[in-house]
Amino acid sequence: MTGQMTGARMVIEALKEQGVEVVFGYPGGAVLPIYDELFQQNEIRHILVRHEQGAVHAAEGYARSTGKPGVVLVTSGPGATNAVTGIVDALMDSIPLVVLTGQVPTFMVGSDAFQEADTVGITRPCTKMNWLVKDTDKLAETIHQAFHVAASGRPGPVLVDIPKDVQFATGAYVEKPQARTSHYRPQVKGDRARIEELAALIETAERPVFYTGGGVINSGPEASRLLRELVAATGIPITSTLMGLGAYPASGREWIGMLGMHGTYEANWAMHDCDLMINIGARFDDRITGRINAFSPGSKKAHIDIDPSSINKVIHADVPIIGDVSDVLADLLEIWSARGRKVNRPALERWWSQIDEWRAVDCLAYKPGTGIIRPQHALARLEALTKEMDRYITTEVGQHQMWAAQYLGFEDPNRWMTSGGLGTMGYGLPASVGVQVAHPEALVINVAGEASWLMNMQEMGTAVQYRLPIKQFILNNERLGMVRQWQELLHGERYSHSWSEALPDFVKLAEAFGCKGIRCDSEEDLDDAIREMLAYDGPVIFDCLVEKHENCFPMIPSGNAHNDMILGEAETQGVIGAKGAVLV
Amino acid sequence: MSPLNIEKGSSKHSAYDLRDPHAERLERHTLAIIVDNESGVLARVIGLFSARGYNIDSLTVAEVDHEGHRSRITIVTTGTAQVIIQIKAQLERMVSTHEVHDLTTEGPSVERELALFKVAGKGEPRIEALRLAEIFRANVVDSTLESFVFEMTGTPEKVDAFAELMRPLGLREVARTGVAALSRGQ
Ligand SMILES: Cc1cc2nc3c(=O)[nH]c(=O)nc-3n(C[C@H](O)[C@H](O)[C@H](O)COP(=O)(O)OP(=O)(O)OC[C@H]3O[C@@H](n4cnc5c(N)ncnc54)[C@H](O)[C@@H]3O)c2cc1C
Ligand SMILES: Cc1ncc(C[n+]2csc(CCOP(=O)(O)OP(=O)(O)O)c2C)c(N)n1
Repeated sequence: MTGQMTGARMVIEALKEQGVEVVFGYPGGAVLPIYDELFQQNEIRHILVRHEQGAVHAAEGYARSTGKPGVVLVTSGPGATNAVTGIVDALMDSIPLVVLTGQVPTFMVGSDAFQEADTVGITRPCTKMNWLVKDTDKLAETIHQAFHVAASGRPGPVLVDIPKDVQFATGAYVEKPQARTSHYRPQVKGDRARIEELAALIETAERPVFYTGGGVINSGPEASRLLRELVAATGIPITSTLMGLGAYPASGREWIGMLGMHGTYEANWAMHDCDLMINIGARFDDRITGRINAFSPGSKKAHIDIDPSSINKVIHADVPIIGDVSDVLADLLEIWSARGRKVNRPALERWWSQIDEWRAVDCLAYKPGTGIIRPQHALARLEALTKEMDRYITTEVGQHQMWAAQYLGFEDPNRWMTSGGLGTMGYGLPASVGVQVAHPEALVINVAGEASWLMNMQEMGTAVQYRLPIKQFILNNERLGMVRQWQELLHGERYSHSWSEALPDFVKLAEAFGCKGIRCDSEEDLDDAIREMLAYDGPVIFDCLVEKHENCFPMIPSGNAHNDMILGEAETQGVIGAKGAVLV
Repeated sequence: MSPLNIEKGSSKHSAYDLRDPHAERLERHTLAIIVDNESGVLARVIGLFSARGYNIDSLTVAEVDHEGHRSRITIVTTGTAQVIIQIKAQLERMVSTHEVHDLTTEGPSVERELALFKVAGKGEPRIEALRLAEIFRANVVDSTLESFVFEMTGTPEKVDAFAELMRPLGLREVARTGVAALSRGQ
């Protein structure tokens, strides 16, 4: 399409040219011209959510599970402000999104017009880039640029604010190949000398460990493939952050589990005791490092990251490598192979036997059931009954999220959608909507806590409307469990407002939405109930009543070192010192 | 459980970094940032500094290339060496940024600031002010029988020094442009 057209039409044309198949949105006065154009075409599907926050999380789920940018369309004022939480969430987790917002007409901007909000001002700190388009001639080009910025380098959310008169006015459409996508071209090839240095370190390291993160997922399937090749060839143990789960398979021989605050004993000890840490696309988040000056004191640290500001931000990198994971890993494999594919085998064997000792602690073991369902057990059964399936998991935020990370196994990238950086309760249900839209035939499960789930439960309406057979697996402890856990450990068991009181009857709620509800409160019935959920061809709300006072372990208390973790209830007295108590 | 006893100097750069930031030496750096001259760019830069707790000692901005649509932002900032590196990386990754130069480390540079001083007084102090202005090569750009406005360019230190001298002589107002800086040579 070229030539003259209205701004509203340009939006649709530009989205089509960018290969957009689906838009998550909610209409209102300031986007009506765009909605009118949506109505008159059949190529782009629009999913009507029930709240703009839901639209953004759905787009995040779509993006994370497909590798393509998610697209959101909302109106001015409250439409835009409702989207803000989701935009911040996407920024923190490096999720590519293009958010289109309507704005009051240019001649009314700044006059406190009806439903006017300073959208670019409000979202400037939480977008990778944003634009207010004042001229229809620039609209198509700006949208093309928005897609370029969202998906290149370290991905993230961008926003294009489009005043209503710009949508109505006619201008010249600029096609994608003609659009100036600015000078924005992040470096993807790593410095060869640095990669060579890393290869040399790999050859001699006695206690190396791969610490991988969301950057491997961001980099695409090729990065995961190369990572697997590298791990298999070197035999070096590998751990991952919450955001990187699935890049290396949980069934893989070298996998030692997730690391960090609720990571495994073996992963955290390996990080603490290693002599070479190879960070691939992770950002030394405070859930990982614990106390900085006790973080892996004896190791040389290599850090591969596409964003120069991630390097040396928190932890000094001895071998910084700026580049895209797949490019750097390809070069690393090539260089390391050319040098003879060497590792320090005898030392590695000693290292593995040390790791096996840590593994033997069996830190994820939980007390056997007493009839009451333990949340860990519920997830272990869910895992057993679904692991062979074409499965995608989303989560809410809290204990259930950590248990899901611990007890479900991820074999492939893009199968695990969770809010890591912002920790947004209410993320999981709308995210599962977005994932199911992208993968209509797959099994999509949201592992939820009842409190989080209630935050965006209106999105069940979306699931029912579009016949999205999402499964809401709610671990219902009638508590704000993660908050309760901290109050137990840190605030003298004074459980200030951490109850979920006056909970709805989830089965009736399901019926009210027009979907299926299942309740299960005994271990005995659990497997059958899960099977019933899986067999049902439509959305299900599964109310799994679990032990109310279970805590999530292992746990590295805030402000502690990696080798200072607690494994279970007996060890929880006075574990968080005064310094740790100020931290979150 | 012991009462919360938050140590002085808890750093804002990492929730877990309880080192005393004063233990590390603060450095003053002058940065020149070439950006697209679009609306919102300056807000983005300033927002970055305030959101991450960086200091801005001085800031100037103006379009320097009309055709290329480029502006030059000069920022004087202070921080530890690690923070300065982080500031540069954060500025560099902004989509609208073309170049970031650390004039303090990239070799010799010149820094100038323009300042206006209003000094009011009569008699001896007035004569003294004029005399000092000459020594500092400040120009008189406005005068009444009881006041002068001096204009001066120089390094920020020179501007500071002149302001100090004028204070007892009837300094009423100062307006400063902030630092403009360029590297020396080609
Ligand atoms: C209740 C709760 C508890 C948590 N507990 C834990 C825990 O125990 N363990 C844990 O691991 N996390 C935990 N988290 C998550 C944690 O807060 C962080 O979100 C997470 O650790 C960050 O993961 P990451 O380092 O992989 O970084 P991400 O946020 O995924 O960032 C990716 C990094 O890779 C870089 N990158 C992106 N694309 C590329 C590319 N193509 N090539 C190269 N580099 C790239 C980016 O610049 C960035 O530095 C918890 C969260 C919550 C809500
Ligand atoms: C929007 C939002 N508000 C508050 C919090 C703080 N918070 C973290 S976990 C949690 C409790 C979550 O409870 P629930 O969803 O029932 O999960 P559980 O921990 O019990 O598994 C709260 C309140 C948050 N992460 N997000």
